[in-house]
Amino acid sequence: MKAIEVKDLTRKFGDFTAVDHISFDVSKGEIFGFLGANGAGKTTAMRMLCGLLKPSSGEGRVAGFDINLQSEEIKKNIGYMSQKFSLYNDLTARENILFYGGLYDIPYKELKIKSERLLDRLGLGPYANKLLRDYPLGWKQKLAFSVAIQHQPMIVFLDEPTGGVDPITRRQFWDMIYESAEGGLTVFVTTHYMDEAEYCHRVCIMVDGRIAAMDTPQSLKKKYESQNMDEVFRKLARGAVRSPDVPGRGKR
Amino acid sequence: MTIKEFKHVLRDPRSLFFLLAQPVMLMLLFGFALSNEVKESRVAIIDQARDEETKKLTDRLDQSEYFDVMGHYADPSVVPALFEKGAARLAIVFPPHFANDLEHLNAGQIQVLADASDPNTAAIATSYASAIFGAYQDELLGLMKLPYKINIETRMLYNPQLVSAFSFVPGVMTLILTILCTMMTSVAIVREKELGTLEVLLASPMHPMQIVVSKAVPYLVLAMIDVAVILLLAVYVLGVPIRGSLFLLMAENTLYISNTLALGLLVSTITEKQQVAMFVSLVGFMLPALLFSGFMFPIENMPWPLQWISHAVPTRWYYRIVNAIMIKGLGLASIWKETLILAVMTLGLLVLAVKKFKVRLL
Repeated sequence: MKAIEVKDLTRKFGDFTAVDHISFDVSKGEIFGFLGANGAGKTTAMRMLCGLLKPSSGEGRVAGFDINLQSEEIKKNIGYMSQKFSLYNDLTARENILFYGGLYDIPYKELKIKSERLLDRLGLGPYANKLLRDYPLGWKQKLAFSVAIQHQPMIVFLDEPTGGVDPITRRQFWDMIYESAEGGLTVFVTTHYMDEAEYCHRVCIMVDGRIAAMDTPQSLKKKYESQNMDEVFRKLARGAVRSPDVPGRGKR
Repeated sequence: MTIKEFKHVLRDPRSLFFLLAQPVMLMLLFGFALSNEVKESRVAIIDQARDEETKKLTDRLDQSEYFDVMGHYADPSVVPALFEKGAARLAIVFPPHFANDLEHLNAGQIQVLADASDPNTAAIATSYASAIFGAYQDELLGLMKLPYKINIETRMLYNPQLVSAFSFVPGVMTLILTILCTMMTSVAIVREKELGTLEVLLASPMHPMQIVVSKAVPYLVLAMIDVAVILLLAVYVLGVPIRGSLFLLMAENTLYISNTLALGLLVSTITEKQQVAMFVSLVGFMLPALLFSGFMFPIENMPWPLQWISHAVPTRWYYRIVNAIMIKGLGLASIWKETLILAVMTLGLLVLAVKKFKVRLL
């Protein structure tokens, strides 16, 4: 079974087609990069896969469940981390872990043990009772990722998870992602940092709501005769009609 | 620079509307509608004399712009019922043989009964009535050169000392609930939108309704505590009685709180920023609640379009309910209509809010 299978997925907002007949699939344990300029439709596509948005047409299965009919089931089997780290600044690290774990019906006793283990593993043990607002950004981000996968989902969706984080922390963050993928987790990540695209097993580049290219970073670079992913992206995005800052469309 | 600024303003029809419409609205409201004068108070006439003099006095009242005779009755015992229904604010009782007494004893008795659950209005209306009777007495004096005297006996029902706290307590309760619930709920949900956490919550297996309800519960509890504090203060510090059933009062409070929470939810679905949510709750709901509840300005004196609008403001109905239970000591039988209206409004708002909430996020 594929982790994600999508066929002709489309979403319109009025006259505006944010996502236009995209088809792809993602294997289990794969790190799948979803690239595109702002407004290219990545967030919209991801929201449909997560059951946050109903597709206008097309079909797809996430974790084996139909995105048109079984969004409840999908939600139980995925993790989601949004652009803004999405943890509560006025709760402590421990409270955040317990709260999000509770959302996924992890039994409280088990959750208690797990959360302590998680805090230890992240080296946050001594700071577990500090409010999150006092944490450095990099820590928050790691915590957010750990929280997003603590219910052991089949797939985790990361929506531009590394925005505003320094390169070293970003590198460490990707180490975490690799580690989890080796354990069988499927990672679906959107980003506009092209150096990050190199870390993905396979990338899909979206331009104007359509898939412009999809392959491993190596073959893409070869095919478009480029030194790096940045060049590939620029060659593909040159023909884009939508300006990168279509007001608010792709976002919400 | 200035041109650019003008363009900003002109291209944002909402702020343009606020800028231009607000002064107009406020001027009109304060100028016409919100006078503290009490006009066209409905007055019941209990005429036990039915003679020339009482007829003349009744006509005087009816002709003045301050009173509107709503009915004639034979027995003063109907008065409490009329007040409870809100059919009359004032009742004038002429005893039997009024003209006779006036002629032979040179003294007539008039009793003025007022519904003082709204003390300001009661005091004002009563003084108008006294003035009208006084003028009539002066005319008689001038005409007959005889020391005619009309004695006016005033009785304030429900609130004999005209304690203003009586009308204040329901009013303050109304305001606090409106502010607390509407604003806090809307801000709480919009805050999560801003943080991006709402999205994560929605991506979890929690049902959207569960999320909304669990966000509203703390504010419901807080609001209940507020109500309890206000009531305790009212009873033990200000000496305002709770004449009706406490249970009924709390039940109605819960209903109104749900109403304001639904409003807050509705606000949160249409706004993206905390400040906007706060602004909309304040201007959009606080102000009408304040103006149209009947707490500060009698609704009867407003021009009919505003009276009509006031029907759509939940606060108006809630204020009437609280006033009726606390000050007049009425039971559900007398306020079932207001309760029903409030319940229907609440249900409607909830359905609308939930629908909007889902549409925005799905």
